[in-house]
Amino acid sequence: VCFIPGGLDCSISFVSHVLGKVCVHGRQKEILGVLVPHLMDLTKSDCIWQRICWRLVECVPDRWMEAVVLGFVQGAPSADVLSRLLGNLVVKNKKAQFVVTQKMLLLQYGHTTAVLQNLLGYLSLDSLRRSLLLRVLQELLETWSSSSAVKHSPAEQQLYISKAILICLSHLKEPEIESCRQELLTSMMEGVKCHLDSSLPQLRRLGMVVAESISSKINLEGPVLKFEYEEDDETRELKSLLVQTPSFCVVPSLPDDDRSGKAGAALPLVPESNDKPHTAAPVMPDEELDAELDSDDDLTPYDMSEDKELKIKAPVYIRDCIEVLTGSRSEDVDKWEATVKALESLVRKNPAATREVSVELAKLLLHLEEKTCIEGFVELRQRAQVAVLTTDPIPVAKYLTSQFYSLNYSLRQRMDILDVLVLAAQELSCPKFHGKTKHSGAQKPCIQLLTGSDSSKDWRRIVDERIKSKTRRFDMGQSHVELTSHPNEFNSVAGHFFFPLIQHFDRPLTTFDLLGEDHLVLGRLVHTLATLIYLAVNTVAVTAMGKALLEFVWALRFHTDSYVRQGLLSCVSSLLLSVPAERILADMTEELLEAQSWLGDVMEKDPDGDCRRLALQNLLLMENLKRNLKLSLPS
Amino acid sequence: MALPPPDPQFVLRGTGAAVHTLHFSCGGSGPDIPLLFSGSENGFIHVWNLKTHRVDSALDGHGRKSVYCVQTMGGKDRLLSQGRDQRICLWDLAEGRTSVTDSVFTEHVGFCRCSLLKVAQGRWLMAMAARSLEEVQILELPSKTSVCTLKPEVGAKLGMPMCLKLWQLNCDSQPVLLAGYEDGSVVLWNVSMGKALSQVICHQEPVMSLDFDVEKAKGISGSSEKVLSIWSLNEQQNLQVCKTHKLVNAGISDISIRPDKKILATAGWDHRIRIFGWKKLKPLAVLDYHTATVHCVSFSDHSSPRERLLAAGAKDQRISVWSIYAQT
Repeated sequence: VCFIPGGLDCSISFVSHVLGKVCVHGRQKEILGVLVPHLMDLTKSDCIWQRICWRLVECVPDRWMEAVVLGFVQGAPSADVLSRLLGNLVVKNKKAQFVVTQKMLLLQYGHTTAVLQNLLGYLSLDSLRRSLLLRVLQELLETWSSSSAVKHSPAEQQLYISKAILICLSHLKEPEIESCRQELLTSMMEGVKCHLDSSLPQLRRLGMVVAESISSKINLEGPVLKFEYEEDDETRELKSLLVQTPSFCVVPSLPDDDRSGKAGAALPLVPESNDKPHTAAPVMPDEELDAELDSDDDLTPYDMSEDKELKIKAPVYIRDCIEVLTGSRSEDVDKWEATVKALESLVRKNPAATREVSVELAKLLLHLEEKTCIEGFVELRQRAQVAVLTTDPIPVAKYLTSQFYSLNYSLRQRMDILDVLVLAAQELSCPKFHGKTKHSGAQKPCIQLLTGSDSSKDWRRIVDERIKSKTRRFDMGQSHVELTSHPNEFNSVAGHFFFPLIQHFDRPLTTFDLLGEDHLVLGRLVHTLATLIYLAVNTVAVTAMGKALLEFVWALRFHTDSYVRQGLLSCVSSLLLSVPAERILADMTEELLEAQSWLGDVMEKDPDGDCRRLALQNLLLMENLKRNLKLSLPS
Repeated sequence: MALPPPDPQFVLRGTGAAVHTLHFSCGGSGPDIPLLFSGSENGFIHVWNLKTHRVDSALDGHGRKSVYCVQTMGGKDRLLSQGRDQRICLWDLAEGRTSVTDSVFTEHVGFCRCSLLKVAQGRWLMAMAARSLEEVQILELPSKTSVCTLKPEVGAKLGMPMCLKLWQLNCDSQPVLLAGYEDGSVVLWNVSMGKALSQVICHQEPVMSLDFDVEKAKGISGSSEKVLSIWSLNEQQNLQVCKTHKLVNAGISDISIRPDKKILATAGWDHRIRIFGWKKLKPLAVLDYHTATVHCVSFSDHSSPRERLLAAGAKDQRISVWSIYAQT
């Protein structure tokens, strides 16, 4: 389509109609792909062409406006091009305003970051449109800080909204920030609370990054909010959105806005000027060697072979360790440190002695707090606990599971109990485990958070591998990984680990309510149960465990927390993998049929992507099971 | 074949608390009894008779708060002690008296030992850490007038002064102060003008103790890390680190150079006293007697070389006294 520069009063409403019709039929890319570059060149310096372009889009009928605007926003290579092409369309046309400020930001979330940049940059470029920018920011913040949105909307949408907020912030000028400082502060506080409450680490991180950014914008003097979290590509990308390069530079057509943003963000490091007159100088040559007679010769040194590094000896007996750790002499911190370091190996070398005092040791270790600053204290304590549990499983498991449901423990301690149970179960069931699991080392953040361990992800991976091996080769016989065989020590104690944990979950205590506020612990409990039953494959108790677990899952299947739902679905996977197929079909058929319809529902409607994937996996496993059995049974 | 290290000549017991500071007073010849003053954590200053190895008297002047510095002022009759009750006390011990004649309220809550320098007959300069975090105050004694306050420049971030040494090259020259700070640097201050002449970073950890050889213009400092640092002062009054010596175990509480400048002793956190030759820092001996951190070492001021002693006080409440390299 080529434009003939005719008289000023030529009507182009016909062109607008054509454009609109084409766009609404879904051919935005084709037509705008040709149109936009032309218009870009033409409107670069020519005002008349700019007005023509604006007239063009303004004349598009309302029913096709959305498609056209969407097409333009997606097709424009940068914000000022969009500004040249659309002009003040968003101010003049209600539909366009709705599409740009509401639909694209709040109702859709599939657009790329570049499109977001263009859109919000476009809003910021003209004073008439800036009020829209502020309104957009307010609405985005409202969504960001609403707790129901955080709980129920998918992670991708939340990421999209966070990006939009950051880009808006980067466009705001000082006086505008001044005017809405109070609202920004309120939304930030509310929003950060909802995000930190979430059980998913990704959402927590999103909340932290956005809150930090808001805080840095509104608080130019004074201390700024700073969270401690692991930087990864996502957080780096988000932070780079905060800094805008001036919009007059022509950005190449690909969405490289992020890159230019990052370049702007790299502030030049101020080199530290060294005021001190002298720093440590290199070794001065010893000039006195020639000048003086070496009269040190008449001082003969004594024998210094005994002079070695000072080592504090740890106690050699377990009962001595108990004495040192219970702090009868709180002065001797060196000995305390040495004991903590040596405890695990002592426990493993002296199983008989440990068995005599196992419950006492378990109690001690559960309450042991860091007295001095040892490296890896949490890991040392956990390994000692696992050693005690594996040496004397039944009484210690009984103790630990009862303490899990007792009063006056911190959430961290309860989650420690779960971790220890899982690690010990793993050790007992296959002493030479070929997968590497991460210990859930608790980090100490500067703002107190309960960090979720990543061990559930590792287990997911291992279960996935097992599923893969099962689904593809069901008639190929044994899996070819032959480990040296050991008696499965977990067999006799699996029930002791599992059943007490599942018993009291619906009984709230004053300080601990699994079904209420403490859904993080509930999530961890559910993942722990999944792991325990996975490890209990081929044990005698596994069928009973499976039945109990299925009832448990059924009771909780509509839980609002996505972390808990993920755990429940992995429980079902583990169950299907561990309980022998015949037993499943014999004892649990009705429950499984009900579960099938529930899983189908989850697969279609659950907002969380991981939940949907797990539900699909479970349905496939069930299908597989039925097929297997049909083939192996003669009738 | 190297001989095994010697045992202590004798051990003084009876302080009843960890020993933090020691000072000999054996210079007087004739019938004067050689004495050793010790300050302990229970606030007592014990006066030990080195002939009978028993306590002659116990001075209680710091309200049972730990005494961490004792020094004599020109003879055994006048004693200066510094305690954790934020006071420096001046004692009159002549003719069997045990009274506090004067005291200075330092308002210093740290552990920095003060340093004395005799500038004229009956006049002393004393450097002490003051109330404000980074400052050192110089007072004239006995008048207790302030000579100057040595303040590091703003933003220097030296931290607290940890150890001080006042000295002058000879009787006519200006007194100067060497101060070791919490950030590991040693600063040379001109006392009369009140400004810093030179600064050198000797350690990564706080400087725990330092000593200086005026004739050779060479000093040594110890810290909580495993390194001893030797530094020197050149003609332009600039400090420079000459060399460092790595120790087996970390932590030095005290360093003292013998008055004849031949050897030096360090008190270590690893319960050991180490002896080095001063010229080249050759390790000479490791004296392993104490069972807890050694807090202080001190050489005696005997006029006769053969009688020279080294005393060390430790957290195990004992004072070990050694005769080592006394023949040279």
